[in-house]
Order: sequence, then structure tokens, then C-alpha cells
Amino acid sequence: MEKYLFWVMAVTALLSGLGMVMARNAVHSALMLVVNFFALAVFYVLLGAHFLAAVQIIVYAGAIMVLFLFVIMLMGVQREEPADEPIRFQRPLALLAGGALGGLLVFVIRTSFGLARFAEQAGSSSAGNAQGIGRALFTSYLFPFEVTSILLIVAAIGVVVIGRREPESEEPAAPAPASSEPGGGP
Amino acid sequence: MPITQTPEVAWRAIAPALALAGGGVIALLVIAARPKIHRAALAALSLAAIGAASWSTFDLCALRYRVVMQGSVAVDGVSLFANLILLVTAAMTVLLSYHYLERRRIHRAEYYPLLLFATCGMVLLAAANDLILVFLAIEVLSLALYVLAGMARRDAGSQEAALKYLLLGAFSTAIFLYGIALSFGATGTTNLGRTAVKVASGGVDARLTSAAMALLAIGFGFKVSVVPFHMWTPDVYQGAPTSVTGFMAAGTKAAGFAALLRVFLVSFGALQWSWRPVLWGLAAATMVVGSILAIAQSDVKRMLAYSSIAHAGFVLVGVVAGGREGLSASLFYLLAYAVMVLGAFGAVIVSAPDGRERLSFGEWAGLGQRHPVFAGAMTLFLLSLAGIPPTAGFMGKFFVFSAAVQAGETPLVVVGVLASVVAAFFYLRLIVLMWLTEPAGEAQELGASPAPALALALAAAATLAFGVYPQAIMDLARAASVFTG
Repeated sequence: MEKYLFWVMAVTALLSGLGMVMARNAVHSALMLVVNFFALAVFYVLLGAHFLAAVQIIVYAGAIMVLFLFVIMLMGVQREEPADEPIRFQRPLALLAGGALGGLLVFVIRTSFGLARFAEQAGSSSAGNAQGIGRALFTSYLFPFEVTSILLIVAAIGVVVIGRREPESEEPAAPAPASSEPGGGP
Repeated sequence: MPITQTPEVAWRAIAPALALAGGGVIALLVIAARPKIHRAALAALSLAAIGAASWSTFDLCALRYRVVMQGSVAVDGVSLFANLILLVTAAMTVLLSYHYLERRRIHRAEYYPLLLFATCGMVLLAAANDLILVFLAIEVLSLALYVLAGMARRDAGSQEAALKYLLLGAFSTAIFLYGIALSFGATGTTNLGRTAVKVASGGVDARLTSAAMALLAIGFGFKVSVVPFHMWTPDVYQGAPTSVTGFMAAGTKAAGFAALLRVFLVSFGALQWSWRPVLWGLAAATMVVGSILAIAQSDVKRMLAYSSIAHAGFVLVGVVAGGREGLSASLFYLLAYAVMVLGAFGAVIVSAPDGRERLSFGEWAGLGQRHPVFAGAMTLFLLSLAGIPPTAGFMGKFFVFSAAVQAGETPLVVVGVLASVVAAFFYLRLIVLMWLTEPAGEAQELGASPAPALALALAAAATLAFGVYPQAIMDLARAASVFTG
């Protein structure tokens, strides 16, 4: 049963990942990503990481993807990417380099762990369940956990600074015409 | 269910970071409560927070070096010395910023809290003894810097800088995270000290650690702009507001190198044979490429950006040299570079009035005759960047190169010396323009006001003092070249 589930989900994850990259329409890309997140969540369940699976669905598939869709809708769906390459041979070179890196990483992980040992490690650690994660967060990782609060403050200020329109009096009109600013909030 | 013990919090050890973050939060609250507050008050508040952080850093120096906060924070010579560099950088940046921002009419009160949070991230990065904290600290400082780089909302160059830095920074962070994951997979821990024990015991897979180290090196290499991960540097340094550029150049480099030194010398110290040749190649490429590309520039900020790439290479020479000598030389170099690059960018800031700067080389022609003191200070910074005695830059290069020679890396030193000769060319070109050409056009005033002038004077004094009497600082750096972990 587990094995079949794995294979079904593996194919789903790969196809949805490819579909996400290949889709011309940004909304389709986003939906493919949701499917991909669900497939990953199933993997986490299979590996005994139930908390991670729940977080994956609630945070990624839920909150983050909804934000993505909001942004896409606000920016307009119709935008097509320019088809021409700004740098010659960029795409084949990128494919080659990306493929080489991916192949290398797969080779390294495959040869040094083997699939069996990965699963064994994941199962043996108690971090898979909510209790283990909670304990780790508030004991051995207390300080990094608190530092994330600083990170969130910085992110919040950043959004406010970027998103807020400023009074007209500021800054001499430099090269960029003010009307060309993209987005700018609802 | 067992009752977990409350984790111990070493307040004194994290006090510098707390002071900076607390200052940032207070500044934010002040802005929220009094939106019309004079921004000079915020600048003063920032200076007070930096002062508090400096005081708590000095307070820490008396303590025994140790690892605190469940192993995530290291209080040791390297983190304290890095704090010194970072806090000096932050204070000078505040001094340079206020008038610059007002003149360019970047009326953003959030600038100061963001600057404090960025400094806080840098302080944490320099002290991080756990890869998770390294990652979080990098994110804190980067997020703040992305926004700071885009502070000039009406300037397309600034917007471009922010976007480029954000996108490329996101990729580098992803690669760095992958490196952390592989390192965790190989050793079963993210703690740098425990990683070191595990690696030294030999029970780890060499392929996995090699891949992890490569990915971590890419992440660090991006942050400190090492060739070939330097592509963002010229555009971002040129586009960002100049006060932010100086802060980025001095601060990010110091914090990034402190973390790089800690990760590679402590955690993967036993695997020197595998990463040393790679860093050797990166150092050589960085020095050569940075110096050669700088020649072709006609914009002062862009030239300084390429020079900052080259300088990352010189610091890497110290890392490759390794050992206590190499470590102390790198630390000295980072401090020397911080003062001279802040001076150089500060000179660009005060070079012209009315929210303008002298950006193209041509505008610097004949400045020596019209404003000899100012041109003299800029000349001093440029000589120091070029590595000509008696300046801080010369002593920095001297220490780094002699450490490398002692470590048997003479070929790398030869490459470094050749790169410095090439680099001297474009610094001297600007100096010649200032002193030996006739001024073109009508006389232009400078945009000097007391605070930036004070910052420039301090930077010039430090540049000269470190060059004439480097022993005091070098002794400090040598005493600070101790990791705990």
C-alpha cells in the first residue's frame, strides 16, 4: 500500500513540478504548485512527519498559494513573457548547468545514503511529531526561534516601506517617471 | 511526560544584538507615535542604540569565551572583533546618512530602524554557532538591505538595485539552505561545534560534506561578493543610496567573512585539504577579475564596487592561509577595509551639494586645487584601497600576504600582488585627475556638513593610524583570533 501510494505521488509530484515550470499561464503554474505541495505533504505523512505534512498543507498550499494567486491576479493574468533570449544560448546553458547540478546532487545523496538510510533516519528522529518539534523549538533552538521574530519585524517594515505611497514633495523627479511604478497597492 | 527544563538565557552574551533590535523597535514605536518627528532625533536614537551595543560588547570582553544559548551563539574573539567592526560601521553610516538622505529628499523615517535591524543581523551572523542561526541572521540582514537599497523610490537605479539584490539574494539563500540540509544529513547536527567533532571523528561521508561545503561556500560567496558570485555587486552598489552602499560594503563583508571563517575553520577544519584548493581558486579569480574589471569603469561608485570585489579576494587569501596568522590577518583586513571603504563612499556623499554626488570621473578633475582638504582625504582613502604605505590598506595586504607565505601559499600571493598592481592603476587615475588636471567648468561647492565631515575625519584618522601604527590593532586581532566551539 505505502509503496503504491509513493509511486503515484512521486509521478504526481514530478509531473506537477514540470507543469508548474512549463505552463504559459501564471495561474496554471500556481495551481500546479498547489498539487505539488499536496504530493509532498503525502510524502511527509509516509515518512512519519505528520506535523510537517499538516504545516505543508496549511501554510504552503493554503496561505502562501492564496497570496501567490492574489499577486498574480493583481498584476494581471494576461502578461506573456517575452520569448526572445536577452543573452544568447542562455536557455541551453541554463539547462545544462541546472541538469549537471541536479545530477550531481542526486548522485551524492544516492551514493552516500541510499534511500533506505534516509527513511530510517527520518523515522528514528522524534522531530516528526508536534511534541518533538515544540520541545526543540523552545529548548535547543530557542534563540533561533526568537530571532525569527526579528526577521518578521524586518519583513513587515520592508513591506510597509515598499508598499506605501509617499507624499508628493519627496525626492526630485529622478530618471524614473513616477507613473511607471508597478503595483503600488489596491 | 518528562518536564523539560527551562532553557538558560545568557542575557549578557546576547545583549549587543538585543540592544540593536530593541533600538530598532523603539525607533519604530517612536515613528508610529509621532510620525512628524524630526529625523535627526531618530539618527540620534540609532547612535544611542549602537552605543549601548558597543558598551555591552566591551562588557563581554571581560568574560570567558564560551558557547551560550544552547550552543547557538559563540562568545569568542572573532565574534567580539567582528562586533567592533560592525558597530563602527553602523555608527559611521548613521553619521553619513542623515544629511545625505535629507539632501536627496529620501524622507523615510524607517531608514534608521532598518539600519539597526541590519546591524543586528550582522552581529548575530558573526556570533552564530549554529547553521540555523547563520541562515536566520543572513536573512535578517539581507531583508533589511534589500529594502534599504530601494529606499530612493523615484530613482530607477535604486529600484533596479533592490530588485536585483532581492532576486539573486533569494537564489543564493536557497543554495545556502540546501548546503545546510546536506551538512545536517551528513553529520546529524546543525551545531557548528558538534559538526566539527563529528567531522574530525571521520564518521561522515566525504562526498556529502564536499557537496555541503560547496553549497555553503556559494551562499557565503554571494554575500561577500566573491567571483563568480559577484554579478550583482556593481549594479547594486551603484544603484543603492550611497550611504547604504558603504554600509553594505563594510558591514556585510565583515559579518559574512566572520561566519565563513567560523564555518570553514571550526566545523570543517578537519577537511581543510578539500576546501582549501577551492577557496584558493576563488581568491585568485576574485582578486584578478575584480581588479581588471574596475579599470574599465567611469563611475566612481561602480569602480568602488569592483574594488570591493577585489578586496573580498584579498580577505580570502587570509582564509586560505588559515591558522591563527591567517585568521588574525583576515580580521585586521576586514577592519581596515571597513574604515577605508566607508571613507571613500563618505567622500562621494559629500562631494557635491544639492542631493547630487560627483559620480563620473570627469567631475573630480581639479578638485585638489579647489578643495585641497577634501581631495586629500579622498586621496588617502584611495591610496589605502590601492594598498600603498603608510595606510591601513597596505598593512592589511602585508599581513594577509605574509600569513599566506608562511602557510606556503606563495603562488597565491604572487597573483595577489599582481592584482594589486593592476588595481593601483584605477585608484591612481582618480588621484591624478584630482590633483594634476585643471578643473573644468565653474567651481562647485562641496556638500559637507558637520556629521559627515566628522565621519570622514574619523575614517581618515583611522586609515592613517592603522597604517602608521598597526601593531596595536594587530595585537588585538591576534588576541581575538580564537574560536570557541
